Amino acid sequence: MQDSNTGRIVGVNGNMVTVEFDTHVTQNEVAYAVLGEERLKCEVIRVRGQRADLQVFESTNGLTVGSAIEFTDELLSVELGPGLLTKVFDGLQNPLNELAEKSGFFLQRGVYLPVLDYETFWEFTPTAAVGAKVIAGDRLGQVPEGIFKHYIMVPFDVRGEWELAELAPPGKYKIADPVAKLKNAKGEERLVTMVQNWPVKIPITAYKEKILPETTLITQQRIIDTFFPVAVGGTFCTPGPFGAGKTVLQHALSQYAEADVVIIAACGERAGEVVEILREFPHLEDPRTGRTLIDRSIIICNTSSMPVAAREASVYTAVTLAEYYRQMGLNCLLLADSTSRWAQALREMSGRLEEIPGEEAFPAYLESLIAGFYERAGLVKLNDGSLGSVTIGGAVSPAGGNFEEPVTQATLKVVGAFLGLSRERSDARRYPAIHPLDSWSHYRSIVDGDKIRKAREALRNGNEVNQMMKVIGEEGTHISDFIVYLKSEFLDYVYLQQNTFDKVDGATDQNRQRYVFDQVSEILAARFDFSDKDQARRYFLELRQIFIDWNYAAMDSAQFKKLEAAIDAKVKEHSHA
Amino acid sequence: MRKVYHRITQIAGNVITVEADQVSYNELAEVSSSRGTSLAQVIRLQDNQVKLQVFAGSRGVSTDNQVRFLGHPMKVSSSVDLLGRIFTGRGQPRDRRPEITDKLIEIGGPSVNPAKRTVPRNMIRTGIPMIDVFNTLVESQKLPIFSVAGEPYNELLARIALQAEVDVIILGGMGLKYDDYLKFRNTLDEHGALSRTVMFIHTASDPVVECLLVPDMALAVAESYALNKQRVLVLLTDMTNFADALKEIAITMEQIPSNRGYPGDLYSQLACRYEKAVDFDGAGSITILAATTMPGDDVTHPIPDNTGYITEGQFYLRHGRIEPFGSLSRLKQQVNADTRDDHRVIMDTMIRLYADYKETLEKQSMGFMMSAWDNKLLKYGDLFERRMMDLSVNIPLEEALDLGWKTLAECFDRAETGIKTDLLREYWPK
Repeated sequence: MQDSNTGRIVGVNGNMVTVEFDTHVTQNEVAYAVLGEERLKCEVIRVRGQRADLQVFESTNGLTVGSAIEFTDELLSVELGPGLLTKVFDGLQNPLNELAEKSGFFLQRGVYLPVLDYETFWEFTPTAAVGAKVIAGDRLGQVPEGIFKHYIMVPFDVRGEWELAELAPPGKYKIADPVAKLKNAKGEERLVTMVQNWPVKIPITAYKEKILPETTLITQQRIIDTFFPVAVGGTFCTPGPFGAGKTVLQHALSQYAEADVVIIAACGERAGEVVEILREFPHLEDPRTGRTLIDRSIIICNTSSMPVAAREASVYTAVTLAEYYRQMGLNCLLLADSTSRWAQALREMSGRLEEIPGEEAFPAYLESLIAGFYERAGLVKLNDGSLGSVTIGGAVSPAGGNFEEPVTQATLKVVGAFLGLSRERSDARRYPAIHPLDSWSHYRSIVDGDKIRKAREALRNGNEVNQMMKVIGEEGTHISDFIVYLKSEFLDYVYLQQNTFDKVDGATDQNRQRYVFDQVSEILAARFDFSDKDQARRYFLELRQIFIDWNYAAMDSAQFKKLEAAIDAKVKEHSHA
Repeated sequence: MRKVYHRITQIAGNVITVEADQVSYNELAEVSSSRGTSLAQVIRLQDNQVKLQVFAGSRGVSTDNQVRFLGHPMKVSSSVDLLGRIFTGRGQPRDRRPEITDKLIEIGGPSVNPAKRTVPRNMIRTGIPMIDVFNTLVESQKLPIFSVAGEPYNELLARIALQAEVDVIILGGMGLKYDDYLKFRNTLDEHGALSRTVMFIHTASDPVVECLLVPDMALAVAESYALNKQRVLVLLTDMTNFADALKEIAITMEQIPSNRGYPGDLYSQLACRYEKAVDFDGAGSITILAATTMPGDDVTHPIPDNTGYITEGQFYLRHGRIEPFGSLSRLKQQVNADTRDDHRVIMDTMIRLYADYKETLEKQSMGFMMSAWDNKLLKYGDLFERRMMDLSVNIPLEEALDLGWKTLAECFDRAETGIKTDLLREYWPK
């Protein structure tokens, strides 16, 4: 293999360059286009004869035919090691805060900073025994990273069984210091440091087996946990037209979901939204740990005006980081907003490559790429028998809000829960605007299945009556049907709808959900007598009012008890057991 | 002296191909033809074939015309002398005053580092209840006005610009009718705002390629002003013309269209412009208001659709009113908690009841009997439209909120509003 594998640019088309290479290239290897002092990162995406097409992760302004290209022989990779948490990266794992210090307001191209801090000392505690047989992913020691034990593992690219020849004693080390030496049967030796590289587009598989996700991931959103639950290690998608509240929902999940590590991939969306997270997370308390939310988060931020090719890479960067923390036995939640922008980045590239287009000009391999991405989620049994998981939630932004488009359809095939956001509900300010009749989930709810079935039935029947009323009018509707409708509206208002911006109502824990849902179920099951429809409507409005106040009251407060009693009294007014 | 090339091998649409070497991507060139000299920009390189989009159009360009490359991309002056001036899409004076060539900056610069943005906190008061109460405009927001031809969107833009407390107004006109351009100019002039305004105007009769430059020119100037701690309001009208110009070039370049002929990178192209809206950490801000006319009043058309996914909300202007449904300011949550504690609840309740009113209206039109509740809603809907939606209403936010409570109290009793009891106690008119 040559040391300097180079080439020359022969064509520039948007963010794609065509290169004539001298010796050889590898598909997906990283290369640099040289422009004066600047070196612009690229990735090989197609090879034809002696020419290769490269996507450039930066603006291509100023490149000329004849500009030099340097190939690296390395696939596009991320750096893994202690110190990733709390960081903010762009799609290529360039740290944005450090970049701001260096180049100011704007993202100057060609500046690539070290991902991790190579000067910090970490308190290393060895946990393995010298002489032990080890394989990729086995734990050798640990360093404390915030509230977590960050395990130092046998690098994931180590093949076969090796012997642990040396292991550093407890003490302070920098991440690039060797902490272990491995030897294999052939007598080859390998030094292990606390940092390793892994190619983003290849899943980390250093575990025993994947197992079926069965535990519910508590998100503290009532409509999700009760009606359309997500499993720890499962996948879900939240498609919706613009303005239906995808991002607000994702923010709520990132704050309230009971995961150990949350990775937010802001992929091709608005910068303003990420800024909110960047500015708020360092100050918001994580109720489960008492630390701030940023201590358990990594933010990947490749917003819509940042280079498109890096957007394509950003979801892979994010999922690789999630897999890495999964290897430590943690439950990781990856929220990608939005996967449609990622798909569009693929489409832009496919167009420049002049590939034969599929539906809506998306490339024909879109489906397999989407499936491959979501399949990186899962609950796994690690080498030492402990469990770790990656849960993936992808926002989808379908063109025109139409779920029939290719990205939504390809996503629906591979996810375990579909939380469809509807314009109809968001227009009526019914938030979160997850449609209760269209959405589905394959995972287990936190409340008893029978009660859920009845509640669903109430919603369905209420909807039918509502449709019917639109045709025959309210006066033509029998009062018993009208009560069915009022009950479904009641369920909608007091349980499905939730005010994300309220401290109490914004997050409903598991116990409270069960408790409140029991109360709602009783009301749904009760039989009511009313003299006329106006009386019925008035009654349910009043009941709803008390119930909404109840939702806003903290569960251990006197107000909560008082309102609960008021609800009981109200229910008795017109019902019989 | 730079080399001159004159082997033009292809002329198609507004794009010409010339044989040349040592040309860099995106740089400018001068094409001299019998019709005069026009600027052109490099948009693709393939071996020794250089494709250029010619700003003045390719009409009259012949195969042996001269092409001279300038060695730099498009630039615009960022001098304060621009204030009060009017330019064409490519930065030529339109007002018969001298050209400004100092403090040149490149247009279409790099993206702002998200770490250097701050969370916007300042409300922009407009005196329009549909905006101030229901969809508050916030400094550094990017917001389109979705409308159709014939609606007064330019008037609305001008009214907001005049009322907003900003330091500089930059108007980018794309495919603007000449009359509309004059109207804009006169309105700003009448209110004494012209001296803090810069205009880049591409009229409907100007070459289409120049239209593509307008947002970049306007935003580059805005950015340099904002870095000097100015609060800048950028008005872009009409972004649909910009997107159509993109389509035209893409088709000429034989790109594979994605949706109704628009290029696959429409989203990224629009995002690059809209994302220039920013509140700098330690400097000024850029707020963008853009008119987007929806072809066929169809919001699922690729232009409004992609726009909606990029911008922080949208105002629908229909029948001369800002529609309560669909209109949205995503940043309102940043400011409406600190205005008055009843702001959010008035906003939510009034819209919800208006939605109920719309349903009742539908029932009424089908001839159903109206219940007591329906009659309350009918009364409410009428009052809401007159007091809140009418664009001629011009009152401060606090007055509008009081009017909201008054309207609710005139139509409903307390429980029917579904408002939290403690707020009812405080604000419900006695």
